[in-house]
Amino acid sequence: MTAQLGQTLTIERLSKTFHIEAGPLTVLQDISLAVKPGEFVSIVGGSGCGKSTLLRLIVGLEREYEGTIHLGDAPITGPGTDRGIVFQESRLLPWFTVEQNIAFGCGSDLPAAARRQTVREHIALVGLEAFATAYPHQLSGGMQQRVAIARALVNRPKALLLDEPFGALDALTRINMQQEILRIWQSERTTVILVTHDIDEAIFLGDRVVVMSPRPGSIRRIVPIDLPRPRSRSSFEFIDIRKKIYAEFFGEEETLLDYVI
Amino acid sequence: MAPHASDKTAPFPPAVRLELGRLPSPGAVWRRLHPAPFLLPAVAPAVLLLVWEILCQRGLIRLSVLPAPSTIWLTLVDLLRSGELGNHLLISITRVLQGFVVGSTLGLAFGFIIGLSKRVERSLLLITGLLRPVPIIAWVPMLILWMGIDEASKVTLIAIGSFWPVLLNVIHGIRNTDRKIIEVAQVLQKGRLSLWWNVILPSSLPAIFTGLRIGIGIAWMSVIAAELVAASAGVGYLIMYARELSQPDVMLVGVASIGITGLSIDVLIRQLERRVLRWNVNIQTN
Repeated sequence: MTAQLGQTLTIERLSKTFHIEAGPLTVLQDISLAVKPGEFVSIVGGSGCGKSTLLRLIVGLEREYEGTIHLGDAPITGPGTDRGIVFQESRLLPWFTVEQNIAFGCGSDLPAAARRQTVREHIALVGLEAFATAYPHQLSGGMQQRVAIARALVNRPKALLLDEPFGALDALTRINMQQEILRIWQSERTTVILVTHDIDEAIFLGDRVVVMSPRPGSIRRIVPIDLPRPRSRSSFEFIDIRKKIYAEFFGEEETLLDYVI
Repeated sequence: MAPHASDKTAPFPPAVRLELGRLPSPGAVWRRLHPAPFLLPAVAPAVLLLVWEILCQRGLIRLSVLPAPSTIWLTLVDLLRSGELGNHLLISITRVLQGFVVGSTLGLAFGFIIGLSKRVERSLLLITGLLRPVPIIAWVPMLILWMGIDEASKVTLIAIGSFWPVLLNVIHGIRNTDRKIIEVAQVLQKGRLSLWWNVILPSSLPAIFTGLRIGIGIAWMSVIAAELVAASAGVGYLIMYARELSQPDVMLVGVASIGITGLSIDVLIRQLERRVLRWNVNIQTN
């Protein structure tokens, strides 16, 4: 697979306010973040910290914001095939087979032969060759998420956005999928932004972990993870970083309790 | 049936899994002893017919009011042999098909137009709200006045009857499309046409099928209503004519053939539904 030259995703002084009945509600305030091409950034935060809204803004589902979001030089004004997203629910079309679902991800300008070829490649990428003609309801939750990942990648987007993609999976499948997403990221060389509430997942996957705090959602701290991959979740360095991030959420004193799996 | 596949890296090899279900459950034994799936639903009607027959034989039921099942059976065979029943059924079914095609086509068309635009729905709200609760039989005098007692009034009545359930279910199906899947189409920059064809239409198909099924049921009831009022052929006419001649057995043959035809239509549509909606778990497991 050819290494794709991505472009930097630049977010500058981004704020987002929803106007609800009770009045304006600021969910994101003054977010600035630059994600380098090919970088894997994890965003971790509690519920209501606006992390999902941030992804929806980047993918173009939410509009009307203050500040700027650029992918390369182009400002983001709406959805585009240069960004792919995977949600917590697979959101597959239940009336389409695995193949058809992935083909549905393709842009309409793609000729039929090229489309078939790229769909085949992406089914192989997520390891579902044997299930190409299965319907979503015949697949397990983990397999459904694999299909959703393939669908998001089929246009070879510059940025892949993951919105708690493994949140609904059982613990064993989740760990397995985390390894899968690393493998896919390494073979596709795309920029990945992962939103999660699982601190371990954020550290295991990310080049950097962005810690967010809620009401209004803002960046509290950015922790670089300079550990070589594959990372061991029980290594001293890993646990040390986890302690630091826990401290961001729960304060210094509680980390004395020493979290070990 | 495709098995529910587990993840590729299942945490345990298959051998470790508990081998439950070696002993057949009582339900399985019952199923093995009684392989015919139609046996159980047939028990209740069989008992009913038997009791009915015995009561008639004993003279506990006046035969001029309610003839015995055996008499009805003989009349049925008679009417079938002479081709009379077949003729009436054919005429009724033809009317139903004509009316249903018109009514459901209009229901589909208006359903999609209304589903497409909230504004159209709002502007038609009062009209649909007023017309919908009118019982089908209330249209019969009006239609006869407008169109005479020929085929046109009957077909129109059937069309009106099948129009409403199709219309309402189409709108319901379109409106109930999962917002989350619409968002996926937005992210993938699908145009309006693709959104309709690939997302909204398939997602509303189960509701559309429900509408068609209810619609043809009502169409079948409407034809009998129309024929009871004014007709010179058809199953409804057969019943009315038999009443005038005091032939309860013929009347009951008519009633039974209405039921059997209605059931057959329903089964046919369910089969079609099962075939078209192969992806729908709810329908497949019913």
